[in-house]
Amino acid sequence: MKIQLIKKTDQKSVISLIIPFVSFLLALLFNAILLIIFGIDPLEAYTVMLKGSLGSSYALSETLVKAIPLMLTGLGVSIAFHMHFWNIGAEGQLAMGGIAAAFVALFLQDTIPPNLLLPAMVIFGGIAGAIWGLIPAALKSTLGVNEILTTLMMNYIAILSVEYLYLGPWRDPQGYGFPGTAKFPESAWLPSLTGRIHYGLIFALVGAVILWLILRFTKLGYEIRLIGENPKAARYSGINIGRNIVIVMLFSGGLAGIAGMAEVSGISRRLYTGLTVGYGYTAIIVAWLANLNPWGVLVVSFLMGALLIGGDQLQVAMQTPAAVAEILQGAILFFMLGGSIFNRYKLKILSGQQNTKAEVEHE
Amino acid sequence: MNQAPKPIIQLMGITKQFPGVLANDQINLNIYSGEILALLGENGAGKTTLMNVLAGLYRPNSGRIIINGKEAAFSSPKNAIDHGIGMVHQHFMLVESLSVTENIILSLEKEGLVLPTREVAENIRALSEQYHLKVDSNAAIWQLSVGEQQRVEIMRLLYRGADILILDEPTAVLTPDEAKDLGRILRRMANEGKAIIIITHKLNEVTAFSDRVCVLRSGKAVFTCLTKDTNKKELAQEMVGREVLFQLKKSKCSPGSAVLSVENLQASNDKGLPALRDVSFRVCSGEILGIAGVAGNGQRELAEVLAGLRPASGGRVLVNGEEITNTSPINVINAGVSHVPGDRIGVGLASNLPVSDNLIMKAYRQPPITQGPVVKKKNILAFAKNLIAQFQIKTPSQETPVRLLSGGNQQRLILAREITASQGLIITVYPSRGLDVGATESVRKTLIEQRDIGRAILLISEDLDEIRQLSDRIMVMYEGRVMGILNAEGASIDTIGMMMAGQETKETKENAR
Repeated sequence: MKIQLIKKTDQKSVISLIIPFVSFLLALLFNAILLIIFGIDPLEAYTVMLKGSLGSSYALSETLVKAIPLMLTGLGVSIAFHMHFWNIGAEGQLAMGGIAAAFVALFLQDTIPPNLLLPAMVIFGGIAGAIWGLIPAALKSTLGVNEILTTLMMNYIAILSVEYLYLGPWRDPQGYGFPGTAKFPESAWLPSLTGRIHYGLIFALVGAVILWLILRFTKLGYEIRLIGENPKAARYSGINIGRNIVIVMLFSGGLAGIAGMAEVSGISRRLYTGLTVGYGYTAIIVAWLANLNPWGVLVVSFLMGALLIGGDQLQVAMQTPAAVAEILQGAILFFMLGGSIFNRYKLKILSGQQNTKAEVEHE
Repeated sequence: MNQAPKPIIQLMGITKQFPGVLANDQINLNIYSGEILALLGENGAGKTTLMNVLAGLYRPNSGRIIINGKEAAFSSPKNAIDHGIGMVHQHFMLVESLSVTENIILSLEKEGLVLPTREVAENIRALSEQYHLKVDSNAAIWQLSVGEQQRVEIMRLLYRGADILILDEPTAVLTPDEAKDLGRILRRMANEGKAIIIITHKLNEVTAFSDRVCVLRSGKAVFTCLTKDTNKKELAQEMVGREVLFQLKKSKCSPGSAVLSVENLQASNDKGLPALRDVSFRVCSGEILGIAGVAGNGQRELAEVLAGLRPASGGRVLVNGEEITNTSPINVINAGVSHVPGDRIGVGLASNLPVSDNLIMKAYRQPPITQGPVVKKKNILAFAKNLIAQFQIKTPSQETPVRLLSGGNQQRLILAREITASQGLIITVYPSRGLDVGATESVRKTLIEQRDIGRAILLISEDLDEIRQLSDRIMVMYEGRVMGILNAEGASIDTIGMMMAGQETKETKENAR
């Protein structure tokens, strides 16, 4: 007996809705076994995670706080992925956005009128992220340099620059030696919507709408689709691929930059070590799980936020080691991503009597 | 012909159902040793499906396969091979970086640590002598021409002891000379007692190669007879179920002013070697200039340079007097050049995108499809609907992904798009390659219509019949050079053939300019 993956000819939407649920349930089952092995009651652990992430207004707001940077960076990488430009540099673009926003808040607070300080931080943050995305884009479109390598390496530069700045020249002189810059003036704080949920959520929603409009209703969206599907056909039909890469990466990097701005201005209100905790990498998973759909990115980011917060709660409430939460999170993602293959393929169990070739490729 | 009384294989009532398509409908077919059988039919008639059933790739929904009087059921190609049945597919299944010997060893599924290279090479040599199948066992696959690779595929089947060899569209990728060689090899194998089946939609191949022919139409075997007892016209009728125009009606050519002028053009191929050397010619409005030549003599590079997809290293290209040498593809398009590329799926289409998105690939920049940066969905659908009707593209809807269309309809789609966008020059490369009789006819008619309304058409094709049928003038290319330009009327096949082989003729000297 053999089992084989066969490409689906039709895509039933019902199935694609059921698949993530089944994957999730299987992941819970798998994790339950792990938890039992660790000597933890799985039911209790799941209850803690669920309550801690979604069970109260406080829990919900914490989940959203995590979801906001994931939404912004997820939207950013998804538009690049639409064009098959593999931007894995959202983390670095986010970091640069944070640095630029912090620069405005710390050093231009006296030059810029207080009511214009926040807009300036948004603009500087967005531009800084965009520039960080533009460099690999320009290298790719002029010299054909592989963007996976450049975007990845640009991450290290950005992340270590953040560290250098808050440990070195920008360190708060009144900080009693704690790593981090001085706190921003209040005019540089991103206002809250409710509790810790800040205006970054609005940025993310607006970003999703804009991306959806671009992809669905504009010439640029058509060109992005065509380049993603067949770059040779795109070139043949007169599309300037290099120009499109640059435009798309300005968007992509810009969104990540704004995520960085929102983090420093809405949450930490200073530049410190909590800025680069891997949102830009998680964004890649978010984008894939969302099938690159802007609305999907919003939903998946929220669920991912819940997963992260639930894991934190597990540590706090049940005193489990941090690694346990990470294992659970990893397994869930593994199952979800693994399950997504069934959106495009179906399993066929072959007995000795049957074919060994996918039968969809007939004449 | 030495027709054995008992067939080596009997297919009885083979039926194969795909979702939505009945590919084979109760097909009966006998196959005899020592005979070349041609399986003739249009694209989608079910030829390849039937042979995939025989080769163990597909399992029929009903029907029986009887080999030497005993019923057999295949569960895999390996199973079929064990019964002596092997197939050479249209796309070769060879590992490019390995040598011929290594590729054959791979297919033997032998275990052990040491590769039996020497032994296998020796056997290859013996087989190669027996069947007059020239194969250099030490060469790596990538070094071989397509024709040689095909021989490796055949060798692989012979090596595994196949008695029934199935070849899917074997000449589609071959030059005329290579095709002739293949014919000799097939005959030789038949004489040695093998049963040969060729899948084809080319009538010439049937008459040139086969002893017996079976015509499939819409999944049914409609006609079987000895090749010598039939003729092309009858076969064509059986294939399409209606009369076919073999002679295209063509009015006299009345060329206008030069639309395309190419002056001393030079360019390199993908490996950086010179592909075009000093190519000069012009195409006028209202004429078709056919470019004949064996594949790989610079035709592809010429089309790409003219379309702005490949840089020229010297010379000039002018369209309607405007220089477009080494400008961007968009400028070439704006200068009025349409291009029907040779590689339909790879270059001409985005096969996962819907028909409508593919139809607007040239027109999407202008109103009514876009207004400013915004695309108008409603206008796209109207535009697509119009073209689908006008060019009779068979598609379930405008939203259907292009990959689900047949080859003929994909080509009609490209033609529809390019003709609609055309403002002067249409470059068309292998316009009817891989298409069935009906689709070929409609494509050629369309090109002549375009000529008659005053377009300048550059036709690149490996099909000499097509070149002679359509062209008003014929330019022959050899090793990147123009061997000469002939008037199509009165140009003999012999002359063209000699020029294609690089021999100077009196025409080449007369026409040298």
